[in-house]
Amino acid sequence: MEAFITYTLFAMLVATALAAVQLNRLFAVVMLSGVFSLLSAVLFVVLDAPDVAFTEAAVGAGISTVLMLGTLALTSRTEKSSSRSSAIPLLVVIVTGIVLVYGTLDMPNFGSANTPANTHIAAQFIEKTPHQIDVPNIVTAILASYRGYDTLGEVVVVFTAGIGVLLLIGRLGRRGERQKQIGRGE
Amino acid sequence: MRHHLILRVVTKLLAAPIMLFALYVQFHGDFSPGGGFQAGVIFAVAFILFGIVFGLDKVQQVFPTWIVHRLMALGALIYGGTGVVTMLLGKAYLDYSALAHHPEHGQHYGIFAVELGVGVTVSAVMISVYYAFAGRPPRISDEEW
Repeated sequence: MEAFITYTLFAMLVATALAAVQLNRLFAVVMLSGVFSLLSAVLFVVLDAPDVAFTEAAVGAGISTVLMLGTLALTSRTEKSSSRSSAIPLLVVIVTGIVLVYGTLDMPNFGSANTPANTHIAAQFIEKTPHQIDVPNIVTAILASYRGYDTLGEVVVVFTAGIGVLLLIGRLGRRGERQKQIGRGE
Repeated sequence: MRHHLILRVVTKLLAAPIMLFALYVQFHGDFSPGGGFQAGVIFAVAFILFGIVFGLDKVQQVFPTWIVHRLMALGALIYGGTGVVTMLLGKAYLDYSALAHHPEHGQHYGIFAVELGVGVTVSAVMISVYYAFAGRPPRISDEEW
């Protein structure tokens, strides 16, 4: 049953991606990308990763869809038709896909208990969290405490990204413009 | 969106529960899925939904741009400041066990403070990015959608 759900979700993911590539009305493409994120979130739930699913649903399906719609309102509703042949991009995509699939052949089976990820440090986290941190959600304990530096880095990345967007399109330069005008007046 | 009565009513009904849910996700992250990142996004969604339906001016009256910009930095400062406090108390940077007499309680306080910082920064960044996009004059008129 679980395999059936997983395969169905993957089939729907592929169908959504193909539909998004085919369409040239960008509004529909943005909506399909939201659907894609939502399907990925469901897939993460099936894989027992509710924290990741939560983030994917909130960020991927929620915020990025809104921001893409905002971008759409500032630019154009339809995709420009390209006259170039798509043979070379298709070749690149197929070759990359084959390389990626070849790479997964070396990976351990899904859910295998003997993988380095499951034997090395994860076992220590599961063993030590109850008496070192005493928090039921081990994901939170790892994110906020054991890996506090990394999360600080993530927050700074989010902060920097926000500043970047504001500098590019946020009209923060008003003070500068005013000073320029004053300078010209003199 | 002035003519969409259903959207306006539903938004008014939903805005407060969305914020409440964000606070739940924020402060219940130790026990259930969730934490600062998810809570910040959900909190921002309440304001973005309000802004989409009622217009940017209305939401900026509730949550002015200058406050949002300062909150972006405040969240990162809360996170970094927690580390500085633990250093002042004689432990390593971001070693929360210094924050209380009992190391486990210190970890609880530290995770609480750090997650709060994450939530504040994430929601402020999301809202200010939305303000930046929505504040520019659109090239597509409302009817063309």
